[in-house]
Amino acid sequence: MHELSIATAMLEKVREVARQYPGVSAAKLGVRIGEVAGVDPEALRFCFSVLLRDTELEALTLDIQQCPCVYRCLECGEAFSLHDFRPLCPACRTADVQCVSGDELEFVYLEVDDYAPSTAATENPAGE
Amino acid sequence: MHRVPLQQKILQENERIAGELREAFRQHGVLCLNFIGSPGAGKTTLLERTLEGFPSATRVAVLTGDIQTEIDARRLRRFGFPVRQIATGGTCHLDARMVQQALGEWKMAELELLLIENVGNLICPAAYDLGEAAKIVVMSVAEGEDKPLKYPSIFFKAELLILTKSDLLPHVPFEGEIARDNAHCVHPGLEILQLSCITGAGLPEWQMWLEHRRAALNVRAAAG
Repeated sequence: MHELSIATAMLEKVREVARQYPGVSAAKLGVRIGEVAGVDPEALRFCFSVLLRDTELEALTLDIQQCPCVYRCLECGEAFSLHDFRPLCPACRTADVQCVSGDELEFVYLEVDDYAPSTAATENPAGE
Repeated sequence: MHRVPLQQKILQENERIAGELREAFRQHGVLCLNFIGSPGAGKTTLLERTLEGFPSATRVAVLTGDIQTEIDARRLRRFGFPVRQIATGGTCHLDARMVQQALGEWKMAELELLLIENVGNLICPAAYDLGEAAKIVVMSVAEGEDKPLKYPSIFFKAELLILTKSDLLPHVPFEGEIARDNAHCVHPGLEILQLSCITGAGLPEWQMWLEHRRAALNVRAAAG
């Protein structure tokens, strides 16, 4: 199932970003999955947890934000949800429609534990 | 706790590589087509008949993806054109990185047509851009007229639907008009060709579609 390759891409991004914050641990990854992105959130959660098992990121939690499917008719401006994937405007029956939300497959954030100021952070003597 | 904003697509890396491939194809005038269909839909046989119909000087190459074996590559090599097998080892779709690696030292300048046969799967390949000019969905009449509704993503993204194995129509309860209606529900105006690689019915129309598509690419390249 392709949720596994998507989870692999997510893990690679976590490691890439975590390298920019040496000495801290990644705590939570936030992603946005659209209703019609073709990705099952629970399958993705399962695959991600399998990949994290027995690694340094095993405690990382996953926050999946699901986006509803919204299409907009480019003829009359009607906003509607897809039912059974039939992209026709319910108001004017045209096929000239555009998906404005629902096909997202995006990173949103990575939360890391508080990191120590750099030893060269003399420009911020008050500290954070 | 510090929250690092990450505003980018999860498949961004695939899209980046697909973008590089698309640009390379554009620069060298290569028409790249991505054939997607269930296992047994007839993708490989369709490519065999396609290659068989090309003059030997045609600058065409084929990449064929499967989880295991070189079976399809061996079949397709019989027609004298360059063919490479991509064995994914378990991944249920091809991605742009696999295509980029498989292209290897092939020179884009020596090609005009690249045919990519994706792993047999109507679901996952739809999500992975390979840099192609068009996705072609291949579905046999034995698979039933409900498949466009059940697997909408690929039918929505495809430029062409090829209905294969039309020689089986007397033996299977396939309702062609319903299949076409279902395909057009999901993708209004989707172009549909029906053919049989056994009898040859519909193959000339498929070859004509290819010629028109290649010519259109050349017109765009000349204008750009």
